[in-house]
Amino acid sequence: MADLSIAARTAPYRAVLAARIRAQRTYRSNFLLDLASSLLIGLVELAEVWVVFRSVDSLGGLDLAAIVLVFGLADVAYSLADLAFGHCDTLPTYLRAGTLDVFYLRPQPLLLQLVTSDISLRRLARAGVGVVAVVVGLSINDIAWSASAVGLLVLSLASGVATFAAMFVWAAGAQFFLLDGAEATNAFVYGGRYAATQPASVWDRPLKVVFGFFFPMAFAAYLPVVTLLGLPGSEWMPSWLGWCAPLAALWMWGLALLTWRTGVRHYQGGGG
Amino acid sequence: MTAIIETDGLGRDFRVRDGLRRKTVVAVDDLSVRIEPGEAVGYIGANGAGKSTTIKMLTGILVPTRGSVTTCGLRPVADRRRLAREVGVVFGQRSQLWWDLPVRDSFRILAAIHSLTPAVERARTEELVERLELDEFLGTPVRQLSLGQRMRAEVAAALLHSPRLVILDEPTIGLDVLSKQRLREFLVAERQAHGTTLLLTTHDMGDVERLCDRILLVDRGSLAYDGTLAGLSRTVGAERVLVVDLASPVPDLLDVPQARHLGSEGGGLRQRLAFDPDTVTAAQVLAGVSEHGEVLDLAIEEPDVEEIVRRVYAGRR
Repeated sequence: MADLSIAARTAPYRAVLAARIRAQRTYRSNFLLDLASSLLIGLVELAEVWVVFRSVDSLGGLDLAAIVLVFGLADVAYSLADLAFGHCDTLPTYLRAGTLDVFYLRPQPLLLQLVTSDISLRRLARAGVGVVAVVVGLSINDIAWSASAVGLLVLSLASGVATFAAMFVWAAGAQFFLLDGAEATNAFVYGGRYAATQPASVWDRPLKVVFGFFFPMAFAAYLPVVTLLGLPGSEWMPSWLGWCAPLAALWMWGLALLTWRTGVRHYQGGGG
Repeated sequence: MTAIIETDGLGRDFRVRDGLRRKTVVAVDDLSVRIEPGEAVGYIGANGAGKSTTIKMLTGILVPTRGSVTTCGLRPVADRRRLAREVGVVFGQRSQLWWDLPVRDSFRILAAIHSLTPAVERARTEELVERLELDEFLGTPVRQLSLGQRMRAEVAAALLHSPRLVILDEPTIGLDVLSKQRLREFLVAERQAHGTTLLLTTHDMGDVERLCDRILLVDRGSLAYDGTLAGLSRTVGAERVLVVDLASPVPDLLDVPQARHLGSEGGGLRQRLAFDPDTVTAAQVLAGVSEHGEVLDLAIEEPDVEEIVRRVYAGRR
């Protein structure tokens, strides 16, 4: 009990996750089917980008090569966040069935239990599509490689994963109030994912407010790519803004944790 | 000695939508009880009387609206994570097991969740497997278990970390007679071996009779009775019911001396008569019935929890 080493403290979560992974591998054909369908969806979306951009030279200041990089970065970040946090959207089921109460009976924080209650390995296929797009994007764009370019890339990828992860937590926290509101939050989660693969420069002002800054989707891929390629910025979005991706992730996590906390208080009836 | 559960003026309201307006529903009101370590307490009352709400306040799931609550010397909401190591809860309707994993795997995960050392984990698992006879389905995924098997596994899961206080919410609901019996025997033995405190909600008189030495009866959120089962039966009158099967249909037996006709089935082939054993014997009632027709079979029913609860409620209104 007094053992406070990392290994001892993470043992409960590792035990659950290991069991989840084992369970997914047990139903092998199911898992392969999931992998394949997830791969197909990723490819279709990549094809969509290609179809749209093949017919125009550039959109919002990005050409096909640049948009492939935006798509890839956004998709990798989203898929990795989805892999580790995506199942947070099962919270309404737990709330309805009353099984969330079981989490209360275990000596770990609720949110950590929810996050580590499952892991969706099939998202790896989707992340694979994203990785291919990133590699292709990096090789066909004219990039002035330097330490800071690599730093920007790593920083924006990590921030992107964190931002999308926070998005899932935010959506879960909101379920405490909405109960049947998964549809409403999905509009922002999936809408946000889609928005992240698009050039934010073409958005009108309300859209820029919602998906550019409030849910900082533009920071997941578009802005870092603009900075990386040295492209001119657009209204409200100067070229250097790509460096602020970590701030966007912090903001989203703040929003997510606040929503989660308020949601839990609401559930327990301790005042919102 | 410190109490294991102590509540003082505990209350909880819910705000519910009623059409366009919102109104306040009082689920638990002014509940003050003290339960000592090692007691076995039956917490009974009609559906919606506030039993589950009380359990949730005791375990830190719900924040009380009024009053105070201490469980195992801890404040349930503020000290929830520490309290989780002291309390085990069995919900009859909500599984704590992983439905797609073998029972054994669920136990391993729970042992990690409660940071049991390998030696403790092995010893406790062995003890529970033996006492609850789990070995035949230890390798079976939970979703393939029968209800009786699953409940035994649930109880083992809740008790794996050797909690001082075990709360059981309708543990025998839906179980067959044999499964109920096994579960009760286990709980009696567990209590003897470890001095575990038991608090259970139930609709089953057998649970109360065999497991509990104290009863708390709640009515509309507040305590209506606190004492022994025998005392409760005395308070509400231990009226019994004689069920008779007759050879041929007979008009409702409304005029049997000192017995009250409760109902008839099969056009009068089976009739139910209530009588008070303090004023009349079953034989006398039977004799009264025999004047009207030939009795093929008979049974005498003791009052069940619902019946006792109904009588207590009726006396309060």
